[in-house]
Amino acid sequence: MTTRADSPAERRSWTSRVRERAEVALPPDKLLPDRQPEYVASWIYVFGVATIAALIFIVASGVVLTLEGPQWYHVSAVGHFVNSVHLWSVELFFVFMVVHLWGKFWMAAWRGRRVMTWITGVVSFLASIGAAFTGYLVQTNFDSQWISSEAKDGLNSVGIGAWFNVVNVGQMLLWHVVLLPLVVGAIVVWHVLLVRRHGVVPPLDAREETSP
Amino acid sequence: MTTEQTRPAGSRSPLRQHSVAADDFAARPWPGAGREYDLVMEFVVAVLVVGALVVGLAAVFSSPDEKSLTVKAWAQATPNDFVATAASELAGTSVSESELGRPYNSTGGNQKLGPLGLQKAAGVRIPVDSVNDFVITPLSSLPATPELSAALASWKAAPAAQQQKWGGAYSDALASKAAGGNPAKVAAGDYGPVPVLTASLLAMAQGGGLQAVIQGEGGFYNTDYTKSVLFLADGTYLEDHAVAEHLGGDQWGMMNETQSYPGQSWMWLYSFWYQIEPFKSSPNADALVWGLMMILSLGLLLIPFLPGIRSLPRWIPIHRLIWRDYYRAHPRPQR
Repeated sequence: MTTRADSPAERRSWTSRVRERAEVALPPDKLLPDRQPEYVASWIYVFGVATIAALIFIVASGVVLTLEGPQWYHVSAVGHFVNSVHLWSVELFFVFMVVHLWGKFWMAAWRGRRVMTWITGVVSFLASIGAAFTGYLVQTNFDSQWISSEAKDGLNSVGIGAWFNVVNVGQMLLWHVVLLPLVVGAIVVWHVLLVRRHGVVPPLDAREETSP
Repeated sequence: MTTEQTRPAGSRSPLRQHSVAADDFAARPWPGAGREYDLVMEFVVAVLVVGALVVGLAAVFSSPDEKSLTVKAWAQATPNDFVATAASELAGTSVSESELGRPYNSTGGNQKLGPLGLQKAAGVRIPVDSVNDFVITPLSSLPATPELSAALASWKAAPAAQQQKWGGAYSDALASKAAGGNPAKVAAGDYGPVPVLTASLLAMAQGGGLQAVIQGEGGFYNTDYTKSVLFLADGTYLEDHAVAEHLGGDQWGMMNETQSYPGQSWMWLYSFWYQIEPFKSSPNADALVWGLMMILSLGLLLIPFLPGIRSLPRWIPIHRLIWRDYYRAHPRPQR
């Protein structure tokens, strides 16, 4: 590595620059540490990882539903069960995420240059609401008929409905299974990397006297 | 942040100095004691526990799936409502024609967000012609009968003002006390071809043909249900079903789900504004609620920069509960 770094040509390459920046920002012991500050000892910390765990089940059950198509669960007992897993993982996802969000608020977790961590968390929350909403729109049942019929008025009132047509099932299906999962997934990854980079925010009022 | 770091410390208030010092401390690597923390094990356990919860809830409670309503079922279950809706389409007084506005047509009203007419500015991007899309075009696809052909020819030959006059007169007659919504009890009047058109549309819907024709107007492949949903929503059949399932707008319906399942409870704040004045009775309710929610969402995003709000965690010491073990081990120095 030292030899390569000494080569002027390689030092100028985009690849080496990206690698070096990544190594500085997130060295392995920061990316996957096996020790945490003493204050990382509360049930509140469980809700962040629980949110990610629920997201994994949302994606996994969603992939199975995608394999068979949006109407499979109406006619298949297995499909209906997978749909149930999808629903309940979404419900738990939001419960965990909201507790996590409130916890971070009361911890003032944006302190110490962690503002972007807070912002990416809020954006992922808002994007998740959009992803869940489009899921309700593509159920192809009475619920989706009614929700789309009501939601269109709100979106139309501010001009969004002209482009984001909630009664266009094809458009909503693609938003639900491609665009919004990509957005949520990318922001969640960014959020987690920021948490790892900046570490867990220390308690309010913690001071230098904490030093051993 | 750079500004804060370069500004002379003496120019800041003691409170601000304290805050900046605390923020700098929070930004640095933790100088105190540490503890073993197995992130991978925590993640695996979380996946297993959440997985067990999800599978258990799915197995025990399943999930709702009420069949979609059909135009055929609507016409069969509530033929009077169906005929009244068809007449309102011909009169140009249906919800889709006279209320919704953009992006479907320029005849309906458009909501405004203060001085901003965003709905109008969006234009007619998804054109819907209620009279023709929901009534005349479907009827024109039926096998010709002398009565229907004459009614269609009469309708198409009449000027728009006459068409609306016929439709309006028939709608009023249907709504009269004497008729009580029943087409068979409507008093004689100058309704032109409207009674024949609405009766033919009812027969077509009850036979199951109308829905396929309206949905098929977009071509062989059509995943856009705009016209089908708009037509269904013009009647009361859809809303009556929703209200019976506690899904109405004034029933917090946005966050409810069919039966007793949990719905989009995270939409509670959005639903809340529709329950109170001035939103509840405003003709611009949707735009106002959307505008307010956008501002509140932006506020949530920018909490770290909002004076007062960002200080709430210091003033209301819930953090002492969260970090109680740490505070117990590191009590505040006596002052």
